[in-house]
Amino acid sequence: MAKRIEASNVTAYYGAFKAIENINLTVEPKTVTALIGPSGCGKSTFLRSINRMHEVLPGARVEGSLTIDEQDIYHRDVDVTAVRRTIGMVFQRPNPFPTMSIFENVVAGLKLNGVRRKSILEEAAEKALRSANLWDEVKDRLGKPGAGLSGGQQQRLCIARTIAVEPQVVLMDEPCSALDPISTLAIEDLMFQLKDKFTIIIVTHNMQQAARVSDRTAFFSIEKTGDPGRLIEYDNTQKIFSNPSVKKTEDYITGRFG
Amino acid sequence: MGETPHRSADAGTGGTRVTESHEWPAGASARVAEAPVSTRTPGGTGLGGGGALPRSRKFGAERAFRGLTLAAGTAVLVIIAAIAVFLVAKATPALRANTENFWTFEGWFPNDAEPKFGIGALAFGTVLTAALALLVAVPIALGIALYLSHYAPRRLGTTLGFLIDLLAAVPSVVFGLWGREVFLKPVQDLSVWLNKYFSWIPLFGGDGPFGKSILLGSLVLAIMVLPIITSLSREVFLQTPTANEEAALALGATQWETIRTAVLPYGRPGIIAAVMLGLGRALGETIALAMTLGITFGISFNLIENGGNSIAANIANTFGEANETGRGALIASGLVLFAITLIVNITARVIIYRRREFTESAA
Repeated sequence: MAKRIEASNVTAYYGAFKAIENINLTVEPKTVTALIGPSGCGKSTFLRSINRMHEVLPGARVEGSLTIDEQDIYHRDVDVTAVRRTIGMVFQRPNPFPTMSIFENVVAGLKLNGVRRKSILEEAAEKALRSANLWDEVKDRLGKPGAGLSGGQQQRLCIARTIAVEPQVVLMDEPCSALDPISTLAIEDLMFQLKDKFTIIIVTHNMQQAARVSDRTAFFSIEKTGDPGRLIEYDNTQKIFSNPSVKKTEDYITGRFG
Repeated sequence: MGETPHRSADAGTGGTRVTESHEWPAGASARVAEAPVSTRTPGGTGLGGGGALPRSRKFGAERAFRGLTLAAGTAVLVIIAAIAVFLVAKATPALRANTENFWTFEGWFPNDAEPKFGIGALAFGTVLTAALALLVAVPIALGIALYLSHYAPRRLGTTLGFLIDLLAAVPSVVFGLWGREVFLKPVQDLSVWLNKYFSWIPLFGGDGPFGKSILLGSLVLAIMVLPIITSLSREVFLQTPTANEEAALALGATQWETIRTAVLPYGRPGIIAAVMLGLGRALGETIALAMTLGITFGISFNLIENGGNSIAANIANTFGEANETGRGALIASGLVLFAITLIVNITARVIIYRRREFTESAA
């Protein structure tokens, strides 16, 4: 259920602009890896390269190699939709489909995979909603619009939608930045549970959050505006936050810059 | 202690303002009541002095603007009422003079000594041509709009979108002329072919002559409503939040699946509105139909034989030689057209309203 991600010399562009350069890192299965760093350092770009969402933007492209269990996800024979099914993504702002009910939102991915049987869909929806700690709150109103939930519930709905298709890896792009502290806590708890089954990579601006939820932390930074983002340090979270080996990491986590 | 009288004076004025505003709608009065608080300036340069709240201005820009908007809003109601009164007043005498049933008689002789006219055939032709035009135009228009918004390279999309908008600017009389002089021939050939092989379907039956038929009128109408529907639905599709499309893509949807899960459902109310605007144009279209239809008075589903008529085309064709009763009869037909359009619009509203729980949260 969970797979290893290996990035070597990953460089990503937006048109002529080089956003990240030569990123090398390995993410172990069933761990939570946090990507931290100042704004514009390319954490989100790197995250979006992992499930090939980066190339959705016009003019955007990725060089280098990214593999999932030694399979190159950028190989030209690889079906991009299969990559995205294997590597799910949760976005910064909760984005449930506004025209769909809670139930329809959760099973949207399964329907795309051609699952039509109602009993299977219902079972999968309940399982995903339970895994997302949302079932008890919504089980009586599955037919109501997903957009009618609170922000935190919407984000857990989006997590349920992502894990309903049973991906190997879940990418989270600042999943709590639009949420209040209580909803944030609920999602952090959820990440602890999810890492039993999935490999989780999370981009966050909140260093306490990175320290709380992750096993490994990658620190990205840029020299100055316009330069590509680079991976400065990648290590166990405990080490990064207690005894980082690079001066720049220490400056960032102690709040001296960024 | 010297401040106290000022304060009470101010409070007094505030009170009068509130009572005055009770004639306004509820929302407005609430805002008026708040106004004195929100317009205060620290230091109090108004009458109060010494820190008291200044008097609210009686004749400010705020008030003038509110008056203007109220006047504009009222004007719409007055104009609609005036039109309705005019139409009914002119139509009634003609309807009284009618010696045949207005709803069922198939013919239009309101200028005779014994006026005979019926709306049935005209209303039928109007609805049939408009419906056929939409049937042809909507799928094509949605296809073009999706191509322009989601498939075409950006520069090509912009250029083509501009061309489509140009098509919308072509006057309907030009479409009418083109339909009658150029488009007639291919439609005639098509009709003959349809008649030869499909005459067992009543739609394509008959013995001719073919050409200036419901089919020709509808196809010309379809071309005319195509740009409106295309450019509106293109705008709607472009407004789909990126977040929704990315959500679908991240679930492993292909481009078409993304359109199906995120773009089309989100754009549904907008598409309905676009189609209704197109239908409005098709129902009211006058000169192009007057030039391309065969102008007969009969209710028939035959699409390819010369014939067909519509309310608006009939008004354009017969207004010139109409007498008093004739004009009244035409105005009565106008009322019917108005009623048809109204029903169409209300239906569209109902469709949109039934899904409001979902569409409102979408905004």
